[in-house]
Amino acid sequence: MLEVNDLACSRGDHRLFSGLSFSLSAGELMRIEGVNGSGKTSLLRALCGFLMPDAGTIRWRGEDIRAQREEYHAELVYLGHLNAIKDDLDARENLRINAGMAGIRLDGKEAVAALRRMGLRGRETLPMKVLSQGQRRRVALARLLVGDAPLWILDEPLTALDVGAVGLMQELIGEHLARGGMAIYTTHQPLEVAGVTTRRLALS
Amino acid sequence: MNPQDKMSLSDSLMLVIRRDWLLAMRRRADVLTTLVFFVMVVSLFPLSMEPDPNVLRKIAPGVVWVAALLASMLSLGRLFSADHADGTLEQMMLAPQPLALLVFGKIVAHWMLSGLPLVLLAPVLGLQFGVPTEGLWVLVAGLLLGTPMLSAIGAIGAALTLGLRGGGVLVSLLVLPLCIPVLIFGAGAVDAVLAAKSAAPNLALLGAALVVSLAAAPWVAAQALRISME
Repeated sequence: MLEVNDLACSRGDHRLFSGLSFSLSAGELMRIEGVNGSGKTSLLRALCGFLMPDAGTIRWRGEDIRAQREEYHAELVYLGHLNAIKDDLDARENLRINAGMAGIRLDGKEAVAALRRMGLRGRETLPMKVLSQGQRRRVALARLLVGDAPLWILDEPLTALDVGAVGLMQELIGEHLARGGMAIYTTHQPLEVAGVTTRRLALS
Repeated sequence: MNPQDKMSLSDSLMLVIRRDWLLAMRRRADVLTTLVFFVMVVSLFPLSMEPDPNVLRKIAPGVVWVAALLASMLSLGRLFSADHADGTLEQMMLAPQPLALLVFGKIVAHWMLSGLPLVLLAPVLGLQFGVPTEGLWVLVAGLLLGTPMLSAIGAIGAALTLGLRGGGVLVSLLVLPLCIPVLIFGAGAVDAVLAAKSAAPNLALLGAALVVSLAAAPWVAAQALRISME
């Protein structure tokens, strides 16, 4: 489904990686590994199409992602370092707007259900500014519960999460893969999904 | 998921407009700042020169237009920067709708929040300068055509300077020269009426420029955003 061929990226004059090839099919989980500054985030941003690679191709369902931007985006969820959360809105409003931006119509009830699954019961209508970092991250991660995009690209999804939430993330990724989804992620914390072999890609 | 759960293009457009409106309503001070700035700049002119009604009536259109231009620059810096800082812009770029459509929504919201209030206030300020009623109507009509253009052209500048240090000032330097035609035709329309001539040619040119800028600016701004995000 996702095929990366001979990819090369650089930041400024610094070559991050080159000759990178891999493919990801339904039900597969891939972890990008590497030290700080090895280009993990850049690789994920290139996969989203934010970053123009120096060389190589990224194909989704056999077609270059830049040639089918809107179709590709409809099948992709990206969660980066930034949560895309507005302090002036509450958790439910944030989730509904973010889902809407991704083309998914969400009513208030569905939004509340997703937030509760993320362990935010009772926080649904509180302004975001009174929530902690971990709770804000949970609101951002609730985006994964709505919609049916097969490709998840997660950049450090576990930042600021407690042990319970890490367990919940493992559960969510497991369900997603069982539905035939695929996920590619970076993390410095242990994240293993039961019954699935994680493929590893090391950047040096 | 049911097919009716997917959003159409107009739904997405409305979502962006409603979202920006909601955010502005939670932070009303930002909207009010622009308005107060507009009123203050316009009011400074009569105070700084001899209070001759004829002179005031003559300079009124120019003063109101320049003040509107400056006031709309004031809020341009915020057009994309907050969304850029909190990651919303990344998500907008990953939306399954054309980015230009979402940018168009942001331009519309920006105009409703910073352009439309100026249009509504302008007749009051015109009265302060003793502009006759027919002049006031043309002033409002001109601003109604001109201020959306300021938001549209401003969006290109805001997108190009995204993430740069001192971007706020840079936007003004970039956008103000591009807005000169708007100023000339807008103020010219009122001058024409005050000189007992027809304002139609000026307004028609403003209208034509508005159509062109609304068609082109969202697309150009979207391309600029993609470059800024690399």
